[in-house]
Amino acid sequence: MNSTRALWPQIILLVVIITVCVFPFYWMVTTSLKTQIVALEAPPVWLFEPTLTNYFEALFEDGVLQTLTNSLIIAISTTILSLILGVPAAFALARFEFRGKKDLWFWFITNRMVSPIVLALPFFLIARNLGLLDRHVTLVLIYLTFNLPIVIWIVTDQFRGIPYDLDEAARLEGASQITIMLKICLPLAMPGVAVSAIFSFIFSWNELMYGLILTRNDAKTAPAMAVSFMEGYNLPYGKIMATSTLIVIPVLIFALIASKQLVRGLTMGAVK
Amino acid sequence: MYRQVPRKTIFTFIGPAVIGLAMVGIAPLLYAVWTSLHFYNLTKLKRVEFIGLENYWKVLTDEVFWQAMGRTFFLLGTALPLQIALGLIIALVLHQPGLTMLKTLGRLSLVLPMATTYAVVGLLGQVMFNQKFGVVNQLLGGANINWIGDPNNAFFMIIFWDVWQWTPFVALVLLAGLTMVPIEIEEAARLETKSNWILLRFVQLPFLVPGLVAVLILRTADTLKLFDMVFTLTRGGPGSSTEFISLMIQRVGFRGFDQGLASAQAIILLIITIVLAQLYIRVFYKEV
Repeated sequence: MNSTRALWPQIILLVVIITVCVFPFYWMVTTSLKTQIVALEAPPVWLFEPTLTNYFEALFEDGVLQTLTNSLIIAISTTILSLILGVPAAFALARFEFRGKKDLWFWFITNRMVSPIVLALPFFLIARNLGLLDRHVTLVLIYLTFNLPIVIWIVTDQFRGIPYDLDEAARLEGASQITIMLKICLPLAMPGVAVSAIFSFIFSWNELMYGLILTRNDAKTAPAMAVSFMEGYNLPYGKIMATSTLIVIPVLIFALIASKQLVRGLTMGAVK
Repeated sequence: MYRQVPRKTIFTFIGPAVIGLAMVGIAPLLYAVWTSLHFYNLTKLKRVEFIGLENYWKVLTDEVFWQAMGRTFFLLGTALPLQIALGLIIALVLHQPGLTMLKTLGRLSLVLPMATTYAVVGLLGQVMFNQKFGVVNQLLGGANINWIGDPNNAFFMIIFWDVWQWTPFVALVLLAGLTMVPIEIEEAARLETKSNWILLRFVQLPFLVPGLVAVLILRTADTLKLFDMVFTLTRGGPGSSTEFISLMIQRVGFRGFDQGLASAQAIILLIITIVLAQLYIRVFYKEV
């Protein structure tokens, strides 16, 4: 049939797309299961005896477990803080009318454009002067610069979609604005809140530069740890890839869960 | 629709977010301005002194700074057209009817690169592009290309990973645009013409423009921000062949310890970002 023949180029193209997207992950995982000797074979081998030693060594001897815990603590704390600060602000932007609202909105959104290095320099000096280097709280706070805007942006949109009649009805019953937000709008806005929380988590978990500059040991994040393997002459490729795998897997799971909204989240502010 | 509420109520809701963001987003900027007006070297902290605009003068006349800037825009100028071209092809294929399963699988695999930790992309680059035991040289039929150690190859490698990571994003943005085209219009147009090109140019393109504008703005901002992936892959080297603007400022501030100069560079970068953002908005959202 003519149409099946026309499908072939499409099928081939799709297979190529999928392969190109997935292959680096395949290579990452297989390399993480190689011993150093196998990993350093030239040309690289595709079939070998897999081993989990890299994971055990990285996690328990090199302290990757600690850095993963740090990353987890920081990402969750900053997400919660962003929600606590961002949800009421989003409610105000969606429901109240006040002067300067547009400017405020624009300011929240433009934080997405600013290069982190611009803030990293002064933040490092301030943290140093206050004795806040290498503390979890420092990263939790600086991550607000990208998490708060994303929460406000997504949740405002969500609140706007909730019919205003519901508010009116509750207000006639004598409910305060805070009660209206918590009891009526928030439950209905949960999908948006969840998506913004996932974003906030992914962005914080993935972040390297601030982690590198603002931590040394105690609060060191997992990506910063992965980078510190790169020092020295003989690179432990298996361990680096094992650590990378551990870092990437939670993000990929979250990203697949939120895959429908991922693009929207990444285009924040640029599409009306 | 919207209610006038007392100022106090508004402040209770929005105040904490504004104060929070001002503390972490604006206060440090003011401090950066202060630092940029001083001689401020981390190894000579006893000698912090006010030097006016000297740091700014140094930056504006510094060849290295403008080279890093030029390199950054060169990367944008090479990677972005590739991302748009490939992204458009992918979006058009995914938009065709049929092969639902394979296309769902395709869409899901597109999500993976853009969610990947940027630092991990760099590490993957190290492993896959290694001259001796890298899989890339093997797949190229046992080639012996020095990817990481050669200035041009290293730059090409950065383009490759940037394209790998962000083409899916462009593709999905454009796909979202294509699905906005009303079915009746697309079908009516198909009756008029057999040419996919005419369909794309006159029917679908208008729906793609907002997405393309968003891509242009965001990729520009992200390229000016680019740090993690390049830092883990090449640290800006070899020489300074992949030293983009954010990496350069990081080097001056934290490996050269000159916080005053680095702050001046950062402020100039910020100004360039703001000007570009305004320019894009003026040009593309004329009605605003």
